[in-house]
Amino acid sequence: MELPVRGISPRPSHAVTALVALTTVSLGLAACSPGSLGSSGDGDGITLSYLVPNGAEDVALAEQLAEDFSAANPDIAIEVETRPGGGDGDNVVKTRLATGEMTDVFLYNTGSLFQAINPDRNLVPVTGEEWVDAVDDSFLPTVSAGDDVYGAPVGSAMGGGVLYNRTVYAELGLEVPRTWDEFMANNAAIAEAGTTPVIQTYADTWTSQLFVLGDFHNVAAAEPDFAESYTDNGAKYATSPAALRGFEHLQEVAEAGYLNDDFASASYEDGLRMVAEGAGAHYPMLTNAISPMVDAVPDAAEDVGFFALPGDDEASNGLTMWTPGGVYVPTTTEGEKREAALRFLAFVASPEGCASQSTGQTPSGPYLVADCELPADAPTAVSDIQSYFDSGAVSPALEFLSPIKGPALEQITVEVGSGIRTAVSGAELYDEDVEKQAQQLGLEGW
Amino acid sequence: MRTRRPNPWLSGVAILAFTVVFVLPFVFVLFTAAKGQQEAALLEFSPPTEWRIVENLRAVIEARDYLLVIAFINSVVLTVASVTLMVVLASMAAFVLQRRRSRLTGPVNLLVLSGLIIPPAVVPTIWVLQGLGIFKTLLGLILVEVAFHLSFCVLLFRAFLATVPRELDESAVIDGAGPIRLFFRVVLPLLRPVTVTVIVVQSVGVFNDFVNPLYFLPGEENATVQLTLFNFQSQFETQYNLLFMDILLITIPPLVMFLFFNRQIVAGMTSGAIKG
Amino acid sequence: MATTVETPPTGQRESRPAPPGTGRRMRSSYPYWFYLPAAAVYTALFLLPTLAAFFFSLTRWTLFEYEFIGFDNFVQFFREPALVKGLTNTLIYAVVTCGLKVVLGLLLAVLLTSRVIGRGFLRSVVFFPVLVSTIGVGITFTVLMHPSEGAINQVLSLVGVDGPAWLTDPSWALLSVAFVDVWKGVGLATVIYIAGVVSIPREYYEAAEVDGASALQRFRHVTLPLARPATVTVIILSLIGGLRSFDLIWAMTGGGPGFTSDVIASVIYKQYQAGFYGLSTAGNVVLFLLVSAIVVPLFWFLNRREAEA
Repeated sequence: MELPVRGISPRPSHAVTALVALTTVSLGLAACSPGSLGSSGDGDGITLSYLVPNGAEDVALAEQLAEDFSAANPDIAIEVETRPGGGDGDNVVKTRLATGEMTDVFLYNTGSLFQAINPDRNLVPVTGEEWVDAVDDSFLPTVSAGDDVYGAPVGSAMGGGVLYNRTVYAELGLEVPRTWDEFMANNAAIAEAGTTPVIQTYADTWTSQLFVLGDFHNVAAAEPDFAESYTDNGAKYATSPAALRGFEHLQEVAEAGYLNDDFASASYEDGLRMVAEGAGAHYPMLTNAISPMVDAVPDAAEDVGFFALPGDDEASNGLTMWTPGGVYVPTTTEGEKREAALRFLAFVASPEGCASQSTGQTPSGPYLVADCELPADAPTAVSDIQSYFDSGAVSPALEFLSPIKGPALEQITVEVGSGIRTAVSGAELYDEDVEKQAQQLGLEGW
Repeated sequence: MRTRRPNPWLSGVAILAFTVVFVLPFVFVLFTAAKGQQEAALLEFSPPTEWRIVENLRAVIEARDYLLVIAFINSVVLTVASVTLMVVLASMAAFVLQRRRSRLTGPVNLLVLSGLIIPPAVVPTIWVLQGLGIFKTLLGLILVEVAFHLSFCVLLFRAFLATVPRELDESAVIDGAGPIRLFFRVVLPLLRPVTVTVIVVQSVGVFNDFVNPLYFLPGEENATVQLTLFNFQSQFETQYNLLFMDILLITIPPLVMFLFFNRQIVAGMTSGAIKG
Repeated sequence: MATTVETPPTGQRESRPAPPGTGRRMRSSYPYWFYLPAAAVYTALFLLPTLAAFFFSLTRWTLFEYEFIGFDNFVQFFREPALVKGLTNTLIYAVVTCGLKVVLGLLLAVLLTSRVIGRGFLRSVVFFPVLVSTIGVGITFTVLMHPSEGAINQVLSLVGVDGPAWLTDPSWALLSVAFVDVWKGVGLATVIYIAGVVSIPREYYEAAEVDGASALQRFRHVTLPLARPATVTVIILSLIGGLRSFDLIWAMTGGGPGFTSDVIASVIYKQYQAGFYGLSTAGNVVLFLLVSAIVVPLFWFLNRREAEA
């Protein structure tokens, strides 16, 4: 890339310049706005801008996709642009959509967050595209509004459960727990052996939610209509015994002293390192953590396995699943750019696209596109997830079944896990939080 | 007052304490910025075993296609232009506000105060910028920064203007000066100390601002330096050495300005803030 | 930042009105159109959007569409579980930072106007943090304050003190951020005080010395009362800053652990993050009223006292 320097405006020699001089400066600026400073697309081809969250994993994946797509489509170049992740990123996306300033294609969440960006107004439907048929049925509802489909899956499905260190398990002769009691028994044995049983990392507050969110398969098994009733202001976390279990589990492990000493200040990356190196045995996490973990500690590909959060009933043991993010085309992308953007989506949702993604990032679970294979050298934890999918013991997480998700859950679970608040009080507070969100969404019955 | 000799004991303690409290954190930044990745991740306060300033510097500058260089250019242009505008617009407004008491004075004062207290609204501001056709342009962001910082500047200038005798205005007018000549030739040059204060304080504010660029100047090619920090923090999640190198780099412009204006800062405060 | 300068001129203008007879001829030298450039920018990019925001505080607003719901957002904001905590924390934070800046600022200013070796160096290092990016400071101190690996606790442990888990202990988190805020901001208070102390006429000290006043007495009876305008400026400035404070808290604790270091501004920001735009603008209106309710009377009170004195 060239580094143009003509954008530097003549610096006023004296701080207090006359108005005339000033106007000149401002006009000069308007003429070479920073847009002209960026690397410009080369040649006559189309350049699509592609907005992704700025996490290292997302950027690497996006750049790999861009490269491989351009190799297959030399007339189209893709320029990756980043935004903050998390809540700040949600606002950037919404603000840019609401003001008509979105990039040509963008990566965003599926499920309840997707519903909140007014897809029918802001996004180009892709319902009739050929590739849609190849996308897994579990994914489509999470990127659909009304009768239309709007997105293609980027990345692979994720499980929410427990990453565990297999070496620790082998040394102590433990087996993968299928009930909560077995899990606690394992913890006791691990603590006895002087290893930290459960890793929590509250420097990154979002990591605290897994005990609650990852338990949803068990909630759904006990109360099959929970999601619907929850959306209709019926079922509550504090009053539904099955749903309350998630909060109680968190309180139990904390009270038993099973957490790492530095849980309050440890970060997500500390957690990955601890479980990979065996300093801790269990790390409740989403499986998209596998890729950064293997990058940091290559042996983890072999040493770390995965199991779903166990519930009370062995028979209904199964996995809570998160669908991957989607790539969407905003309605502001028009003409030949829109054509090019749709071609990009088709590429993403194709076996070549999956192969490209596997190069850019270690998959976190199965791809949701037909004929996409996991690479043969996928880490152990990924094959562990695959086995849940193979046996069909999988439920989508609550956020894909209901538009309601309280924004303060991560602070609440930090409080419960830190012993600042009890499980019941946490669940009650979360119900209030949920009520607020439902009211703000203007849902009926709240 | 009889001249007292410096108290060496007190001086020693003061220098030691100030060094520990105010200098060591920057030394920490410097050390960490010069370490290798593994060593920096330990977050220890120790000199690097191996100084890697050049490598780290290169890594930070080259990251994401020389984003930092573009960001520096953008930030400098943004800061210089918006602070210049602030000085001119605010001093003019303050001049009339301080000199001409009328029914307008009260409401204008109220508006100026509200500018200090009310937090700005993001989305409606974007609508206005779009209406004017200057959203996503540096000019748009410059005007936004001016609008958001205007109140503070007006207050400073108004206070300082109270110390400039009206007699000067009168004699200038008797000499035949119109309002423009009176203000730009006679009054504005006298405002030099407070102007320096405004320039220092507002440049720092604008240069260090990261919320407004995030919303009003989106787009990778439009990054400003604070946003690179934001990017580096998650892009190099464990690469503390590069993160701190970035912090170090974006601290240099304020440092340069500080060295440049060091003497005048206190002078400006003295005349502007206190003598009134 | 702001208001540095508000006070003294007000008093002065009252006590020394413009000489009579400046009359009509003078007025034309201060044309109203001088307001115009500033007013145009300010109205277009601040006032109009603010009025729009006030309207949206009465609506349920998704950015894409809105629905008028009257004062429901305000009701909801006051029912926000974290609000009471946030309110107390805001007041604690503002009072602690403001108080420390006043006390330390004055003491440092007295030190730095006395005959001390390396005065220039000392003045520079105190002021420099004011110029550094808040986010950069936040990141640096988050690392320094790490409970086990951070430099601060490692140094403390060398002298046998077991430092607290600054940012992660619920009872310390807010104070820790406040300390960093003071570290970063005390330079400005010091400079304002230096300006105030320097401007005290030497005769007062000489007279006090002739009367046999000790150093402490001179400080109490000369410096303190005569640096009063500076005190007012520092108080107003740091109080508004403290009440609205957000970036440092957000960069260092995010309001955590849990909700323990939430302040009103961070509660509002979280509503914004969650996409509750109407609710968050309602929160902004509340914050605006709160700051005004505290600052305006205080301002008036401090100015009145000064006028009497």
